[in-house]
Amino acid sequence: MSPPVSRGFRHFRRPAAGEQDRVPPGQYVAKGFPVLSAGPTPHTPLPEWTFSIRRAGETLKAWTWDEFQALPAQDVTVDIHCVTRWTKLDTMWRGVPVDTLLGQVEHDAPYVLAFSDGGYTTNLPVQDVTSGQAWVAFGYDGQPLAAEHGGPARLLVPHLYFWKSAKWVRGLELLDHNQPGFWENYGYHIYGDPWRQQRYAGD
Amino acid sequence: MATAAVRGRLIWQTATVTSVTTETDAVRTIGLDVPDWPGHQAGQHLDVRLTAEDGYTAERSYSIATAAGEPVAITVERLDDGEVSPYLTEELRAGDQLELRGPIGGWFVWDTSDGGPLLLVAGGSGIVPLRAILRHRQRTGSDVPARLLYSSRTLADVIYHSELDQCRDGVEVSYTLTRSQPPGWTGYSGRADAALLGKIAWPASQHPLTFVCGPTSFVEAVAGSLVALGYPAGRVKTERFGGT
Repeated sequence: MSPPVSRGFRHFRRPAAGEQDRVPPGQYVAKGFPVLSAGPTPHTPLPEWTFSIRRAGETLKAWTWDEFQALPAQDVTVDIHCVTRWTKLDTMWRGVPVDTLLGQVEHDAPYVLAFSDGGYTTNLPVQDVTSGQAWVAFGYDGQPLAAEHGGPARLLVPHLYFWKSAKWVRGLELLDHNQPGFWENYGYHIYGDPWRQQRYAGD
Repeated sequence: MATAAVRGRLIWQTATVTSVTTETDAVRTIGLDVPDWPGHQAGQHLDVRLTAEDGYTAERSYSIATAAGEPVAITVERLDDGEVSPYLTEELRAGDQLELRGPIGGWFVWDTSDGGPLLLVAGGSGIVPLRAILRHRQRTGSDVPARLLYSSRTLADVIYHSELDQCRDGVEVSYTLTRSQPPGWTGYSGRADAALLGKIAWPASQHPLTFVCGPTSFVEAVAGSLVALGYPAGRVKTERFGGT
């Protein structure tokens, strides 16, 4: 059965020439930088901030804020895609590649669960946060990353829907199984590929 | 606490518009007949998909405006630079069809077993899921005490005004108008800042459960003020919309 046609519904947000192949299906290009989060914005003082890599309750490696800042950082320009349907092109970030972080521990784990201040978690395959595909970002558009956008540091995994790019991230838990995180437990997709419109469980 | 919902794939289905009600100049409530609706919880949302004559489609999410067990309705505010909301608020008529799927979301929901006391704080059309929560409370005969603080620009922008004015039995509704107040206005004026929240919010010692919905800057300010008042962040649930 073909879908009902909405007479009088006219589109004007078709992506501009040169942008079509950068906007996943069902998305539109946003000019602002919308915010989506489940609770109040945490404000962890930098002297108390750490980033940890854990496995089975054990901390394998941890960095203080100063130690983290001393790691080699990259500037990256990427397109980001929120499950609420906005896509933002050419966003500019500064952060430490997850490769650099995971490279400092011995592990063979296939999955990670990113954990954040405020109790937020999200799950990712290790192969999606390595090979130059993910960063722990602390700069946005030449400035320190604002708290409402996840500062002091957030995960940046631009090839997946943006809820996977956990705000206020404090570490990665290495796991031998795929454990659903916060939104994944509330019906959102376990993987979240925007090009396959994996918005909700079963998509 | 809501538990994780286990369900199958959300299927797109065709719904028929049963009514279009004018709430304010820019806001309409759209009643929908959804033949295979699985039911929803107060606070959840759904996705709408429109198809143009040339096959172009656009999808958006809208909060469900009704209590669990009531027919589905959404309340939509027209955004002048929007693509979908001008159609839904100005073109759509009873009898028209559109595609939707849902319900979606399991965090920003309330059921009677979640208890309270409830603090609901709405900015603009952020009232929609909170109205669903109040209707659900009413419909189930819940005696959970509830306070609503609803911030609008002007009196003419207040959505569900008469319905909210009729709230009784343990529900206290307060309005604040941020841009202008009519002569004789007896509600609050100005932003929902820490001082106003301090007057209206339950003391933190009562361990309130809070839902805040509105534009990002509104939610950011209200949630931050509540944490400063001693509200534990884990019991302040937020939902945001809009740009920077």
